[in-house]
Amino acid sequence: MSAKKDSPGVCDLSIRIGGEAGQGMNSIGSLLGKAFVRQGLHVFINHDVMSRIRGGHNFTQIRIGDRPVNGPSARVDILVCLDKNTLDLYKDSAEGLVIYDDGKVQGDAPAGKRFLPLPMEKIAEEAGGSARMANTVASGALAALTGLPLEPLSELLGEVFSGKGDQVVRANRECALRGYERMKDKRESLPACGLPPSDQAGPQRMLFTGSEAMALGALAANVRFYSAYPMSPATAIMEYLATKEKEFGIVVEQAEDEIAAVNMAIGAFFSGARAMTGTSGGGLALMVEGISLAGMTETPLVVVDCQRPAPATGFPTRTEQADLLYVTHCAHGEFPRAVLAPGNAEQAFRLIGKAFYLAEKYQTPVFVLGDQHLNDSSWTTEPFVMDSLFREPQSLISAQALKDMAPYGYARYEITDTGVSPRLLPGTTGQVLYADSDEHTVEGHITESAEIRKAMVEKRLRKLAGMRAEMAGPAIFPGAGAGSYLVCWGSTLGAVDETVRGLRAEGADWGYIHFSELYPLVEEPIPRDIAGKARLVAVENNALGQLCRLLRMETGLDIGTRVLKYDGRSFTPAELRRRLEGLKGAE
Amino acid sequence: MTAMAPKDLFASPDPIAWCPGCGNFGILNALKRALVELELRPEDVLMVSGIGQAAKLPHYLRCNMFNGLHGRTLPVATGAKIANPVLVVIADGGDGDGYAEGGNHFIHAMRRNLDMTYLVHNNQIYGLTKGQASPTTDRDMVTGTTPEGNVLGPEKPLALAVASECGFAARGFSGNMDHLVELIKKAVRHEGFSFVEILQPCVSFNKVNTFDWYKKRVYVLDEASYDPTDRTAAFEKALEWGDRIPLGVIYRSERRTYEDLRGLKGAPPLKDRTLDKEKLAAVFEEFF
Repeated sequence: MSAKKDSPGVCDLSIRIGGEAGQGMNSIGSLLGKAFVRQGLHVFINHDVMSRIRGGHNFTQIRIGDRPVNGPSARVDILVCLDKNTLDLYKDSAEGLVIYDDGKVQGDAPAGKRFLPLPMEKIAEEAGGSARMANTVASGALAALTGLPLEPLSELLGEVFSGKGDQVVRANRECALRGYERMKDKRESLPACGLPPSDQAGPQRMLFTGSEAMALGALAANVRFYSAYPMSPATAIMEYLATKEKEFGIVVEQAEDEIAAVNMAIGAFFSGARAMTGTSGGGLALMVEGISLAGMTETPLVVVDCQRPAPATGFPTRTEQADLLYVTHCAHGEFPRAVLAPGNAEQAFRLIGKAFYLAEKYQTPVFVLGDQHLNDSSWTTEPFVMDSLFREPQSLISAQALKDMAPYGYARYEITDTGVSPRLLPGTTGQVLYADSDEHTVEGHITESAEIRKAMVEKRLRKLAGMRAEMAGPAIFPGAGAGSYLVCWGSTLGAVDETVRGLRAEGADWGYIHFSELYPLVEEPIPRDIAGKARLVAVENNALGQLCRLLRMETGLDIGTRVLKYDGRSFTPAELRRRLEGLKGAE
Repeated sequence: MTAMAPKDLFASPDPIAWCPGCGNFGILNALKRALVELELRPEDVLMVSGIGQAAKLPHYLRCNMFNGLHGRTLPVATGAKIANPVLVVIADGGDGDGYAEGGNHFIHAMRRNLDMTYLVHNNQIYGLTKGQASPTTDRDMVTGTTPEGNVLGPEKPLALAVASECGFAARGFSGNMDHLVELIKKAVRHEGFSFVEILQPCVSFNKVNTFDWYKKRVYVLDEASYDPTDRTAAFEKALEWGDRIPLGVIYRSERRTYEDLRGLKGAPPLKDRTLDKEKLAAVFEEFF
């Protein structure tokens, strides 16, 4: 793979930091990532993590570009080995520069100009007083090698460690400085990367993980209650919101299991507080009966499913997109639901807002599908815009209707044209409401009537038409005319977008169609003039082509050519490119 | 609003679907009386129930109701109460709903200690599904699912409550109306999680633990001599089951409530809180 194919711009640099769990690879990632974003660059950070707390081999990879980067690169320009294991794993295969801790390698030091010894732990002990600051030494070294000035890094160290006292800030700054000093004359060994000078910093952008974006989206949508049971990769949403409890007056409740989590969220939304729960596929399995309950009682509910490879426990810390058919169909019976699948952090923020909007307006469950790749990776985005989706429509009964109503005359499940019955919250003076999981009368009492049953099923399902009208169709690039289109959904967007742009830059006639709002599907999800003329190739992070199946089920459209990946890792543009070339060869 | 006679205030027009002679009638009447004597209005009260004959009870009352899933009564009640602590939340269900399907939630609801009341109608059998063994069915009893006799011994929910440091744990009997009314009132007034197990006969499917069977065995604890705050004594009392079955408050512990510990007490309910956009903007700043 040449650098050119993978590179959207002049600067496209990839740094991998490897070590044992607990060595602080993640901290280097967020520290440097933020420093680069402040320099006006685009950053994407992903993590390859084993399911363990200490030991093993993990890495964090930072990709830096002067144009948007929305996925990992297959190439590594600089490798930092915080432990000997990382060096052993990559020393024969790594391209680019390799920083390793020569204090940890006895005798068999790797030969070659690109191997840069740096006794990170020793420097950390001398300069900072603790070997644990080796990662800060590495950060300084990386700043020197990439041309990042030391000042923004020092400033960030001050921000990050300000809560731990001046001594800790000073020690970390000293570690960064010494790492920087040791590497500053090695910069010429690196392929040129046009970092803009610091005084020409570009527009202000944000850097956050998909989970942070979802949590912020929930805060922006006025979430008041979040109940969940810890499960990777969804736990980060819960932990982030828990840090904001006091400041925002919200409650985050760790439930005894996912069954309790979903039922608590239903209870809270029933009482009038915007509520959400989040889990991964296995936890969702426990929630499924509750999803049906929300559908039947017509209680709004927002559920985040951060997908990971399954079945059963699967790969707890890796990624997959294999829950699409599950969330579009899980739970017994027939009731309306919506399924949204953001393609990046910016969409994650916005679609959480839309999920609350739809859930509350249509009084039914709404799913947001994340995955480990989306949720754990850090994404650079333009500043958030809170559009009208973040209003609270509520579909509550009007004050006038309440005034005109006989005492205790409210009927929760009034039959309406839209299927949506005005909601009353418990505690309203002079009125009560009955919400029932049994089939029920308009008042909410148990019934066995065939006629009422039919009317209630139809009323609930009528909401789908309103919801469908509010769904956005896929993003289509270019809008028309490409000879072949990749069809994808959710977090494959970054890799697909980059691949297609790369191909087009070389004159190849490719485009893509990306779905972030998947259910109910809009009428004619793939425009007839594209479906009829262009060649369609599905790209999915699963083994069965679940979007293909959904499209065929809902529209009859059959996408026969599929590029599927189900090894627990996300696509890189390089890999996707290779797979597409393979397709061509097979023709 | 037209004034209603107190006894009608909590009356619901929904026709009752219980068997004639069911112990649930006594519990329903006791609950109506208790709510009136507590001077509550229908809109002040939220009854949450699951599935079972007992769980139908909220339909027969005029008050807010969430009739959810089998066993999931307490999580819904928990969410509803946290979102609006002003509501008087009463969770209601049977022995199958609460002790089998919902057993995990029961333990954790006691730990959480939200200010709500949990009434469990215990008739030692599954009524709605027509006579299968429940977690409180006597050992050796023949039921639809134990034709050779139940090999398991009955669960001891009150002992579980003592072990879980439940704020208020009591037992009543559907055939002792006046005592039950007072017990429910005490439970609702108790600040914290109040658990009241109510013994009741199932006239259709439990031919062993009949009205007379209970009537002969139950006795009311002497409040002057029994100290429910003595946890060790309470544990022994909670295990007492056989020829004599105690009624009354078995155990009390003064613990801070969830609402108190989470700053919800006296604060505006979650449902009424709005987003502080300046704080949100400040949080966004952290990501630049």
